[in-house]
Amino acid sequence: MKKLEWGLVIFLTGLLMFSLVGGANETEEIVIGVFEPMTGPYAAGGQMTMEGINLAYEQNPTVLGRPIKMVLVDNKSEKVEAANAVARLIEYEKAVAIVGSYGSACAIPGSEVANEAGIPMVGCSPTNPLVTLGKPYVFRACFIDPFQGAVMANFAVNNLGAKTAVVIQDIASDYAVGLSNYFRESFIKLTGDPKSIVGLISYQTGDQDFTAQVTYAAGKNPDVVFVPAGSYGDAALILKQGREMGITATFLGGDTWEAPEFIEVGGEAVEGSYFSTHFDATAVTTKAAEKFCKDFEAKYQRAPSAFAALGFDAFNLVIDAIKRVGSAEPQAIRDALAETKDYEGVTGMITLDYNGDATKDAIIKTVENGQFKYVATVRPF
Amino acid sequence: MSLSIFFQNLINAISLGFLFALIAIGYTMVYGVLRLINFAHGDIFMMAAFFVFYTMTIFSLPWGIACLVAIVLTMLLGLSVERVAYRPLRNAPRISSLCSAIGVSFLLENFAVVVFGGRPKSFYCPEFFTKTFILGGVRVLGINFVTPLVSIVFLSLLSYLVYRTKNGLAMRAISKDFDTARLMGINIDRTISFTFMIGSGLAAVGAILWASRYPQIWPFMGVFPGWRAFTAAIIGGIGSIRGAMVGGFLVGFISIMLVAFLPELAGYKDAFIFIALILVLLFKPEGLFGEE
Repeated sequence: MKKLEWGLVIFLTGLLMFSLVGGANETEEIVIGVFEPMTGPYAAGGQMTMEGINLAYEQNPTVLGRPIKMVLVDNKSEKVEAANAVARLIEYEKAVAIVGSYGSACAIPGSEVANEAGIPMVGCSPTNPLVTLGKPYVFRACFIDPFQGAVMANFAVNNLGAKTAVVIQDIASDYAVGLSNYFRESFIKLTGDPKSIVGLISYQTGDQDFTAQVTYAAGKNPDVVFVPAGSYGDAALILKQGREMGITATFLGGDTWEAPEFIEVGGEAVEGSYFSTHFDATAVTTKAAEKFCKDFEAKYQRAPSAFAALGFDAFNLVIDAIKRVGSAEPQAIRDALAETKDYEGVTGMITLDYNGDATKDAIIKTVENGQFKYVATVRPF
Repeated sequence: MSLSIFFQNLINAISLGFLFALIAIGYTMVYGVLRLINFAHGDIFMMAAFFVFYTMTIFSLPWGIACLVAIVLTMLLGLSVERVAYRPLRNAPRISSLCSAIGVSFLLENFAVVVFGGRPKSFYCPEFFTKTFILGGVRVLGINFVTPLVSIVFLSLLSYLVYRTKNGLAMRAISKDFDTARLMGINIDRTISFTFMIGSGLAAVGAILWASRYPQIWPFMGVFPGWRAFTAAIIGGIGSIRGAMVGGFLVGFISIMLVAFLPELAGYKDAFIFIALILVLLFKPEGLFGEE
């Protein structure tokens, strides 16, 4: 029995050493890890993003003559799960680069883990500044919330003529709290009146009863109500309950609103509300986008969402970096990503700045007859 | 705060309080007979909403019949959960049943994710429920009338059942003294099954009313209402039906009134619900209506 055990130990040690020596094989798979919310309150966002990532993966099955293996781990829309997902991708799956995640609340803990491990990560749609701030290994394909907040404040004041606003925010979502701050800052600057934000009220992720919050908002009688919700589901319920409790003001929101569920759950209540987002299939700016829309419709028989477009771009940014540097070493990919300049993405030309953020146009959309509708494109200012 | 806004909040709080009370009773009834916290209760609540959804979409049954079918299915689900997960552990240490309950909860949640999908679904409800009536500046929805009415009917039926029938007597006997009740010839297994069915049925009623008010259903929708109702049951004194009702109301009122009166603290309302819980446990550990 003892002999057998020793034999086993020697065999396993040999196997381990063999696998270490045989490391950088020419035909070995390059693993790109993806962490996205496939379940939980952000599920629709994660699934829309995956549509784009899957398309990008389908079009790029190999790079540098080596097969790519895309591994998806569900982060369940939770902060702790997101950190675990990234750790799993790095330690167990041996990913050389990470793509994800929808929702800054998930992307921030994930980015901490990736940065610590020295594995490059490209965010698709997390817009909070903290995702990349002070993390040399973390990048993103989208614009950030100081811009998004300013875009919506600008739209409220200049296009809708709003003088007063109430903000209803999810206090447990980094994304929502950040966007709420930037919106209020810009709104006060634009109206020149520190009292123009007539109310600020919070709720917490997981709440479904917002009647007290919307009653408060209705009592302030504002021109617009800004709802930076952590998820489209919260936003839909807030708008619905808001209309029921007599809010007549225009509702404004951010990029999380874009999901079919927002319209299905919200119904009549979400009609005529406005939100900012990253992409619209009817207002594309690059050749790559035209091709993407065609390929996407061929595969899914419908127009792509902003999150699919960003997922596609984030995945391709990694492929582009690997191609340019000719190596699949994490450090080399990171350095190549940092030099990304005028990359022709689906969501516009992408240049990553010293923080790893992209500077891009924002799109404003509205809901009309149960459909999302393009309103305007806002250039960075 | 103007008077109409106050009354608006009051109406909202009553509506929410009844919903919590209906769910809290499920916890308290099971605890009463088994001394077990049924952590799967919130997930049974979730399954009920999906039963309505799928009976309507797959068999295209009208709403009312779908609700009845869902209530029956949920009762059967509660019954089988007890059979499979709790009955084999009847004589095991209490911690084993507790672990089993948590296991059932995860099982149901993940079953729902796999079978129903993780994305939320929109829940149908009759037009009357979302109709707004304006009474003296206060906006009252149809559902705000329906929820208290339905709750009162079911709660009266429940108290009739527990205090006026043989089965109820058996339930109360078991909760007083399990072994003596058995010696007296009470069919323990049947009574416990019966209790689970009633508790699950009330959860189904709660789920239908809840989903009509907040028309979005997904596999984890039971988690938050479940925890708050559980807190309500503890505050009211777990094991006491009257306590669960009062606790449910208390949690509903704190949820709404805290936001209304202290809007700066609105985001932390759960903290205050738990502070209330801690205070009750400190000064009256058996809960407001619990027995010593």
